[in-house]
Amino acid sequence: MQRYYPVVRVLSLVILMFGLTMLLPLGVSWWLDDGAFASFDEAFLLTVATGAGLWYATRRETRDLTIRDGFLMVALVWTLLPIYAALPLVLELQLSFTDAYFEAVSGLTTTGATVLTGLDDMPLSINLWRTQMVWLGGMGLIVLAVAILPLLGIGGRQMFKAETPGPMKDTKMTPRIAETAKGLWIVYSLLSICCALAYYLAGMSVSDAIMHMFATMGLGGFSSHDASFAYFASPTIEAVAIAFMLFAGMNFATHFVAFSGGSLRPYRSDPEAGWFLLVTLGSVLGIAAFLVFHGVYASFAEALRYAAFNVVSIATTTGFATTDYALWPFFAPLWMLFLCSFATSAGSTGGGIKMIRALVLYKQVYRELMRAMHPNAVHPVKVGNDAVPPNILFAVLAFGFVYMVCIASMTLLLSLSGLEIITAFSAVVASINNTGPGLGEVGPASNFAGLSDFQIWVCTFAMLLGRLEIFTLLVVMTPAFWRK
Amino acid sequence: MRIVILGAGQVGASVAESLVSENNDITVVDSDQERLAFLQDRFDLRTVIGNASNPSVLANAGLEDADLLIAVTPSDETNLVACKVAHSVFNVPARIARLRAHDFLDSEALLAPENFAVDYALCPEQVITEYIARLIDFPEALQVLSFARGRLALVGLRAYAGGLLVGSPISEMRSHLPPEIDGRIAAIYRHGGAITPTGETIIADGDEVFVLAADEHIRTVMRELRRSMEPVRRVMIAGGGNIGHRVAQALEGKCEVKLIEVDRRRAEFVANSLKSVLVLNGDATDEELLQQEGIEEMELFLALSNADEDNIMGASLAKRMGCQRVVALINRRAYAELVQGGPIDIAISPAQVSIGTLLTYVRHGDVVQVHSLRRGAAEALEIVAHGDKKNSRAVGRRVGELPVIHGAFIAAIVRDLGETDDFNFFRLGAKKQIGRVLIAHKDVVIETGDHVIVFCIDKKVVKQVEKLFEVGFHFF
Repeated sequence: MQRYYPVVRVLSLVILMFGLTMLLPLGVSWWLDDGAFASFDEAFLLTVATGAGLWYATRRETRDLTIRDGFLMVALVWTLLPIYAALPLVLELQLSFTDAYFEAVSGLTTTGATVLTGLDDMPLSINLWRTQMVWLGGMGLIVLAVAILPLLGIGGRQMFKAETPGPMKDTKMTPRIAETAKGLWIVYSLLSICCALAYYLAGMSVSDAIMHMFATMGLGGFSSHDASFAYFASPTIEAVAIAFMLFAGMNFATHFVAFSGGSLRPYRSDPEAGWFLLVTLGSVLGIAAFLVFHGVYASFAEALRYAAFNVVSIATTTGFATTDYALWPFFAPLWMLFLCSFATSAGSTGGGIKMIRALVLYKQVYRELMRAMHPNAVHPVKVGNDAVPPNILFAVLAFGFVYMVCIASMTLLLSLSGLEIITAFSAVVASINNTGPGLGEVGPASNFAGLSDFQIWVCTFAMLLGRLEIFTLLVVMTPAFWRK
Repeated sequence: MRIVILGAGQVGASVAESLVSENNDITVVDSDQERLAFLQDRFDLRTVIGNASNPSVLANAGLEDADLLIAVTPSDETNLVACKVAHSVFNVPARIARLRAHDFLDSEALLAPENFAVDYALCPEQVITEYIARLIDFPEALQVLSFARGRLALVGLRAYAGGLLVGSPISEMRSHLPPEIDGRIAAIYRHGGAITPTGETIIADGDEVFVLAADEHIRTVMRELRRSMEPVRRVMIAGGGNIGHRVAQALEGKCEVKLIEVDRRRAEFVANSLKSVLVLNGDATDEELLQQEGIEEMELFLALSNADEDNIMGASLAKRMGCQRVVALINRRAYAELVQGGPIDIAISPAQVSIGTLLTYVRHGDVVQVHSLRRGAAEALEIVAHGDKKNSRAVGRRVGELPVIHGAFIAAIVRDLGETDDFNFFRLGAKKQIGRVLIAHKDVVIETGDHVIVFCIDKKVVKQVEKLFEVGFHFF
């Protein structure tokens, strides 16, 4: 047990930090007297007390985290914190633990799938807490911890690497990891402030502006309204949402370099950003034309409005909706689900396998074709101007394979438990890509409330797998990890 | 401090390691991806792949905002060009280059700001050679360091029964020494742990002790801790590489030197360039060879090859076969800690020896000399005190009334340091350092311009020491 003391010590600090973030909904609840104060109060005290208790028990520990500890740490943070996050939901809404844990994981992994209905009638602080989780989980709890806790240099680096999405994790913006984490959170916060202001100016109420900013920047898709963005029925608000979803779907390291250098050139030299915009906006136009062709909408302008919002929302793995797009001809929602599995950039708050991996996979296939034609050709796999090192290439290939296996096996599990195939497949895809709504029974017009407990747990696991990019979670589950 | 290190070799890596632990922003540039990946996995720093003299690579490494450039690639030419680029393109305030060739090292004009703009030319081989040469001057010592341009000596040595002070409290030292001679016990290490010396502390047989005294008095003070030894006359060097060759050159004429080199051609080259040294072609871990060459009569065995393992084995063997004192060059810290004081008398870590000069550029304030002790755990700083009673927390105050910093204390002060022409007809133009050495007792008052020697048993308190000597900004 001694061996895990360093992990427990850091974990206790992260729990403590997470507990303190509950002060926001707690304060709001007290200010508005919305009836949820007692629940938040209990949840807050319980969280802070366990954090402080664990810290006190291990306060004399001085060892640094090892590489293995880093993985364990990240896995523990992402499986334990949702328990605390679920506390207010259990206490206030009388949800079962399974449902509350699902809701919390869905928030923290920025999935946005929900089991709740009647959102409009809930205490404001509960909705605030749900969306705030999305925002915190978006940039990453560990990244936040590394930024604000004096987290043991190299140990912090390992954890940072285990949490941040994307195949190439050694491109650091600043020499020190704490500075990098700080820079990312500052850029994230600045963009968030802009987003909230824009929502407010576009006509949302202050509370709606803040909550939807949280959900937009984290690409989570929680809303305080059952009707999601259809509630506002405002093209301006939709346009603002589209813009910020696109921002959040790009690599925040690129934003950071652009912000600190005061130039737009970093966006041009980031190969992911270009492809992300091209693929997403291309799909918007294509689907709009497709919808007009099938007579779903009379005018192209109307089709474009609905296509733009819903396609961008799903492609960036956000999960807002302005209409029940599952009623569109089947190709359109399927294409959107396909997009969400790769469109967003590494280092963004989105899910999926990330654009960079898609590019690498595509170029690897292209290289094999070239090699068949020109056996002597020297043909490196290049993304942007840089050749991809072989170890990263193999990691990407392995990742692609494991990703497919995970989708297939979990779809099988869900159909074994009795779901029909469209629902099962789309629920898994929507969960593992952290998108939110799927198709069929879990489509945009309904939610995950209809699933059995077992099915809920499968989806919860899929969301965690997706957020931690599979390997971080799988590493901890291998027997070799626990061998002495 | 933002520091860019060029070259991730042995020197670069160890420099990065010691600097990164002090909250510096480190970027390492090298053309070898694997070496960089090694550093990246172990330390919190940034790495950049590319040619270290290339302006675009240097720009990538953030040289524009850097405070210090340390160019330690294996190539003198790359280091020189990098310093030039850093100076003229990026305006980096301080630039250090590692230079091996004497031709570059000796040419002041070449290194001047208008030419290659090297602030400090570091030659680790030279630093180590000087370090070893001083060990030969003081056969009793484990480590000999100097401050204030040689006016003050700090010597680390092992206390043995027979020393006047061993077995009695430190306060008795005063009664042994003549009135004009003063010294100070700066630190005591017993069983690997540090003991803060006070007047009542009793020095035990086997303690590792650091003593401080004026250069001309240090031998007398050392006698407090152990009997004096005969000067070294017979030395055997294992390894005729860069360092071995230089050391042999330095010792030539002073003592009788035998050098063992395993590579035939290298041995011939070394033999050609030396006059009185006996160069042997063979393996230094071969006991027959050592036997033949009379290892038991050697007073000193220096294992100076590139390989830690060979050095350790060779030195241990020599010790077992009857050599009086054995010294080994050991790069790996874990190895050095393993063998020092056991089979090997002195383990020299090349990185720790050469890091001191780099640290003077990293420390804040007017720090003129830093010596890294106990493999980086402790540090001795020479700081010039500036300001007056109004804007400095140190100047104009008695040592006894300064705020207490746990793990650090003022050991000595050198006043009126300067150079004067020595009245000597035979060595024309020779300069002599003057300056009064004051051992810092409670009532010594620090004056502006004093060189203050501060001993930090724990490196963590160095920041507080820097703060103490900070001058309020209205001074300038």
